[in-house]
This record gives sequence, structure tokens and C-alpha cells, in this order.
Amino acid sequence: MTDMLTDMAKALASTPETQKKKSNGALAHTLYVLRENPVTALSFAMFAFFLGSALFGPALVPYDPLATNAAVALQPPSAAHWFGTDNLGRDVFSRVIAATRLDLVISVAAVALSFVFGSLLGAIAGYRGGMIDTVLNRILDTIMAFPLFVLAMGIVAALGNSVANIIYATAIINLPFYARLVRAEVNIRRDAGFTQAAKLAGNSDARVLAFHIFPNALPPMMVQVSLNLGWAILNAAGLSFIGLGVRPPTPEWGIMVAEGANFIVSGEWWLALFPGLWLMLAVFTFNLMGDGLRDIVDPRRRT
Amino acid sequence: MLSVKDFQVAFKTRKGEVNAVKGISFELARGERLGIVGESGSGKSVTSYALMRILDANGRIKAGDAVYSGIDLRRAAERDMRDLRGREISMIFQNPRAALNPIRKVGHQIEDVLRQHARATRQDARKKAIEALEAVKIHDAEARYDAYPFELSGGMCQRVVCAIALACDPKLMIMDEPTTGLDITTQKAVMDLVDGLVKARGMSSILITHDLGLASEYCDRIVVMKDGRIVEEGAPTALLGTPQHAYTRKLVDATPRRGVAIRQLLPAEDRRPLAPHEIKDTPLIEVKDLIKTYQGKSGPVQAVKGISFTIREGQSVGLVGESGCGKSTTSSMLVRLFDPTSGQILFRGADLAQMPAADFARSPLRGKIQMVFQDATDSLNPRHTARQSIAEPLKRMTDLRGAAQAARVEELASLTGLPAHLLDRFPHQLSGGQKARVGIARAIATDPDFLILDEPTAALDVSIQAVVLNLLADLRARLGMSYLFVSHDLNVVRLLCDHVIVMKGGEIVDSGPVEQVMDAPAHPYTRELLSAAPQAPIPAPAA
Repeated sequence: MTDMLTDMAKALASTPETQKKKSNGALAHTLYVLRENPVTALSFAMFAFFLGSALFGPALVPYDPLATNAAVALQPPSAAHWFGTDNLGRDVFSRVIAATRLDLVISVAAVALSFVFGSLLGAIAGYRGGMIDTVLNRILDTIMAFPLFVLAMGIVAALGNSVANIIYATAIINLPFYARLVRAEVNIRRDAGFTQAAKLAGNSDARVLAFHIFPNALPPMMVQVSLNLGWAILNAAGLSFIGLGVRPPTPEWGIMVAEGANFIVSGEWWLALFPGLWLMLAVFTFNLMGDGLRDIVDPRRRT
Repeated sequence: MLSVKDFQVAFKTRKGEVNAVKGISFELARGERLGIVGESGSGKSVTSYALMRILDANGRIKAGDAVYSGIDLRRAAERDMRDLRGREISMIFQNPRAALNPIRKVGHQIEDVLRQHARATRQDARKKAIEALEAVKIHDAEARYDAYPFELSGGMCQRVVCAIALACDPKLMIMDEPTTGLDITTQKAVMDLVDGLVKARGMSSILITHDLGLASEYCDRIVVMKDGRIVEEGAPTALLGTPQHAYTRKLVDATPRRGVAIRQLLPAEDRRPLAPHEIKDTPLIEVKDLIKTYQGKSGPVQAVKGISFTIREGQSVGLVGESGCGKSTTSSMLVRLFDPTSGQILFRGADLAQMPAADFARSPLRGKIQMVFQDATDSLNPRHTARQSIAEPLKRMTDLRGAAQAARVEELASLTGLPAHLLDRFPHQLSGGQKARVGIARAIATDPDFLILDEPTAALDVSIQAVVLNLLADLRARLGMSYLFVSHDLNVVRLLCDHVIVMKGGEIVDSGPVEQVMDAPAHPYTRELLSAAPQAPIPAPAA
């Protein structure tokens, strides 16, 4: 009887589809995604650059980003000062690179917060449905009804001008998008066969939700996370630009653009251009990364 | 009328070009009804899509000719093809709900086709659309004109699709698995209707199906396809009676029908004697006055209206009925995923209905009652490998860890005939039959005494179905499990079950030993179900 089963197994195994090489390693899959899509590879390389700037930038930059030197104020870009100098003689290049850390910390922390709490709320609402779902949705609708940037301004103004509060404000305005997305993804899988199978395997509702349903919502979440990182950086820079949040002389892209903007009329374009360019590149990187991240966390992309 | 010669279709994929159709030739005469039979991946649907020139963007007709009444289908301009589709050749798709636009009234969708081909003007479109609906025998067509697809049943939707396909009096009708997902009686009603219209209007038809029984009933000639090639063709009786090609032989053998035993579905060389399973007198499951009431929009709806039955140790019981009869609700309650509204479910005398379904996950009895789901694809977590899926119940309900757990997973895989090297694959990397095996291995992981099989072969090809049914029969004999086999297909139930329960509208209308119910049905509904199942004209095997 056992050999009959093995015979049947052989018959099934000899279809061409099953003869594919197995390539299940997560690393191999990541490499495959990067190789397959040059745009994704480019965005990951740029992200690595920003990450490097954030980690090692302050130690590597040629000048102290805070040191003023009136003798070389408002110099155009040159070999000594690649991005020129500002009105106090600070090196713009050093300041742009040194600002990466703060901007990334704000955006990553804010996105992480909204990811965690948004997922939690959305997953519970999507799984339980009923009253909890309705109440949560109305609360999210209320948050989304505000112009989000104005809401963020209000939160920072009310809580006080600090980096932590910028993070909270950015997290709060992003939270509804995560909660909505997770709710929808969980809801369509609530009665799926594999959910019921997980219950039959002795999983409690909480385990089914956390280990069986939620991971399946990750691929679309990754796109959201990535777009949101860019958004969060813009948001933080925007708040700084209007004078909320980060205060001078701390290097931060938003403030630097705001301060540099005063000098554009008198021809000193480099003060605003380079931090603005870095801001744009960072947002661009995150926007490009989304699809690649999704493909990496989605096992169905593996063949 | 239609002449296809050395027709080849290829698709560009990540792994280079894949030939889906590798040079087929056939002729279709005026008024002829042709059946194309084959299993998934045989290229039968691709052929029809290519003839209509509606292939996906990565597919192309690589070589060969297809001529329809003097028109070269391969080289015709897209504008001419658009004119041809619907007016000369029309097509009915597999899933009627997907083929209809969900946000438009069905009447308007019929008008679209009529106006597209200048068969109606703005003034008389409504009248003609209603005539088209009447032609497919929809009652009260005037009122149905304003219905949205979601307001209609599956059979009704398929009638509307037929109405759209027939609206412009085409000369050729291509039907791609037109009744998949429909109940057996609805299938018969829809097929009889279409077939009648095709004959009455002197049309030709091509029926694409995996069901030899269906093809033999509604076709004049059958071609059998395998791996993009035609392996055999002929008239139904001759082809099914004396199949020449080994593959046709295998398909014919695997088709469930009256008077065959489960082992006879397999190719002759695999027919090993089946170990008998022992039925004891002690009851395993006793269901008493089970009722399930849902809160519908217009008051409570009783899905299950107080049913009672007993399953003895080692016995296999078939639960048969059409969609909406309450059989899925009943099985969900028995497997303790749903709470019944009232009634008892006694498992060896202990009432399971007392414990809420949410808490049953932690009950020691959880591992004793398991289920094999209808759709193997849907029931496997897309993020878990086969190994993880099979190990899941072991992790939650047994003390097996590490190497012992891995050994048990491999033992289960070999029990269900799943090659060990497939264990690290994700569901999308497995074929339908392999996924079914993973589902079965997971269900028997905790040595259950009672296994609910919810149409476990509904999504499988007939030859894979034959193998899986035999696997289930072997496992039953070996592990001494009792089965509740939920299905709408009486021919399949007959093969595996000792006892049959027929449900209709939430009630049990008929029950008894399988031979009695199937061969001498007492209840008219059972007779209706039995006569609706297409019977392939296959002579009973000699052995």
C-alpha cells in the first residue's frame, strides 16, 4: 500500500511544473527582485546611501555643520565647499548630510508608530467587525476630515515645539491610512479557508489574526509604508519650514530651505537648492522602493 | 465552417516562451456540436481564446491557420474581429458572475451587444432585450430587465450570459466550461436550454469541458486534448466505448459513473486491492435536532431546520444537496467553527454544542475532529510552505517539537503521497493535486477520528480526483477514521460512502444505505438529482 502511494506520488511529481529548481531562500529572492527590476535596485542603492549618510555622515563631513565662519559667508559652490556656504559661513554640504539623520529618524519613527497602532486597530476592527468596526471607522473618518497638515500643525502647536511632538503629529495623521488598509485586507481574509484551517489547527482567534491573517496583509502595507516614509519626511520638513518643530541652528532640510529661501532673490540659490534637492531625492527613493519591498515580502512572487 | 490547421499558441513568461497549443487541427461543420475535452493545462481554453483573438497581451498565435467561413481569424484586422465577435461567433465563459458587469442592469448589458452590432436602435432596444431574455426562458423577463447581476442566482446569471451571447444570432457558440460552479440540476437546465437553442437555430457549437459525461451528452463529436495536442477524436459513444489513446483511456476510467468501484477509476496497473474498512456499531457522532438560524435583513433565516442523524465509528456518510441546502452550515457546525442555534452534537456521548466554537480551539477534542476543505488553494496560507502548513496542528495541539515534529511531517507527507522535496514549497508552487494532499496531510496530522470532507475534489481534474478519492479510501482503511463527505455530486459520493443523507432547504429529505438511495431512490428529489447527473456512455469495466 505504501508503495502504491509512492507510485502515485511519482506520477504526480513528474509534471514539468514540479521539476523547477527550488529557490526558497529569502536572500536569493531579494537578490532576484533587485536584479529583475533595475528601478528597485536603484532605489535600494539610494536608500543605502541615505542610510549611510544618517549613520556615518556627521562623523565624515568635512566641516562642523554648526561652526560659523563669517569670513566665508555666502560663498557659491566650490572645491572647498561643494554646496557653497550660508549667510553665517556654515558649509551647506556638511549641513545637508548631517541633516539626514534627523529627517530619517523623524520619518521612520513616525511611520513605525502609525504602522504598529494602525495595524493593531485595523486588524481588530476588520476581524471582529460589528460595533468596534463602526466606532473605529467613524473616528478615523473624523481624523481624515481635517486638512492633515493643518492638523499636524495644530498638534505640534498644542503639544509644544519638539522633535518628539513632530513624530507624534506625523504618526497621528498617517494612522488612518494604515488602519483602513489593514482593516480591508483582514476583512477579506476573515472567512478564508486558511483562516478556518488555522482555527481547526487549534489556534485561538488572537493567534489566527496575528500569525495567519495579518502577515498576508504585508505586501500592500509595504507599498504604503514606503510612500508614507517620503510623505513623513515632507511633512516634517514642512512643519520646520513654517517654524514648527525643529529649531535653528539644528541642520534639517526643511529649515534650511526656509532660511535659504530668503537669499534666492539676491542670487544665492545654493542655500535652498541643495537641501531641497536632497529632500526630493529622499522622497523619490521611498516612492520607488515601494514596489520592490512588496515583491520581497510576498512569497507568491517566488517561483 | 471553421477550419483550424496546425494551430500554435505561445505565451511569453519569465522563463521564456511557453507553447500552450502545439499544432492542432480540426474542422467544424455547420450545425455540428463539437466537444473539446481535456484537463487543466491542456490548452483547450487557450485555443478558444486564440480563435476569438482575445488572448492575454503576452500570448500570440505562433503558427497555423484558422479560417471561419472564409475569414482568416489569424490575420483579420482587429476592427473586423470586433465585428465578428458576438455577431458571428459568441462565447460563454466559465464564471457567469465575472462575465457580467456588476454595476449595470442586465437588460442594459444585452442592449449594448444589440446596439454594438446594429441589431437594435435606441427605440426598440428594450423590447429586443426583453425578447432575448425570454428566449433563454427567464420568467418575468420584463422585471428581470432591471435586475443587477448580484440579484440573480448563478444559474440565472448564466442564462443572462447566454441571452447576451445569443442576442445577435451568431452562427457559432463557444462555451468554455459553462456550468462549472453550478448545481447539478441547474447545470442540466442551462445545458438543455442552450443545446435546444443551438439546435433550433441551426448553429454550431464548441463545448469546452473537463467532464466527459457532459461532453458526450451535448456533443456530436469530441476531441481530447492533452498538453496542447489533440490525442484523439471521434463520436462520443465510440470514443468513450473503445478509447484508442492511453490518455483517453485514463480519462474514461477516471470518470465517476454508475457501477464502478473506487479502484476502477485508476489506470489498470494501479488497481491494488482495497483494504476493507470496519464499521462498528457504536455511534461516533450523534446529531440531534440541530438548528441554525441567521439574522437576515428581513428577519431570521433558518439555514438548518432541526436535523438528526448518526455516524457510527468507521462509517462514511455522504451529505448531498445543492447550494443553499444547508450542508455547508451543517458541516461547519459539526467541525465546531459555527455555533448551532440549538440542538446537540454528541461526540462519543459528550455534547460538543455546549462549548462555544471560539473556545473549542483549546479543547482536547479539537484534534479528533478535523476537516479537508473544498478549495485547497484557499485553505492553505499563501505565506506558509507545505511543511509549515502540515506542522501547524502539531505545534498547537501536540507536544512534538524539533526533530520529532519534522519526522511526523515527513511521515504524513509520505502517507498522503506528497514527495518530501515539495515540502518546502509555497502553495502557489504546487499543483492542484499536491495542494489537496497538503490539505489532507494537515487534517490527519493529529490522528482525528472524524474527518469532514467538504467537496475535497471539486476543484480537481478527473484523473487527480480519482487518485485523491483512492487516497482517502486507503487512509480510511488504514487509520480507521469516519468520514462525512459533503458533495453535490452523487456519482462521487457513491464511490466513497456507506450511507447517504440528502438535504434540501435545511431539512433531510432522504437517507439510507448508499445502494438503496442511489439505486432505488424513494424521494422524488433524490431521483431528480440522480437524473440530472450526466451519464457518460461508458461500458462498465469487465473486471
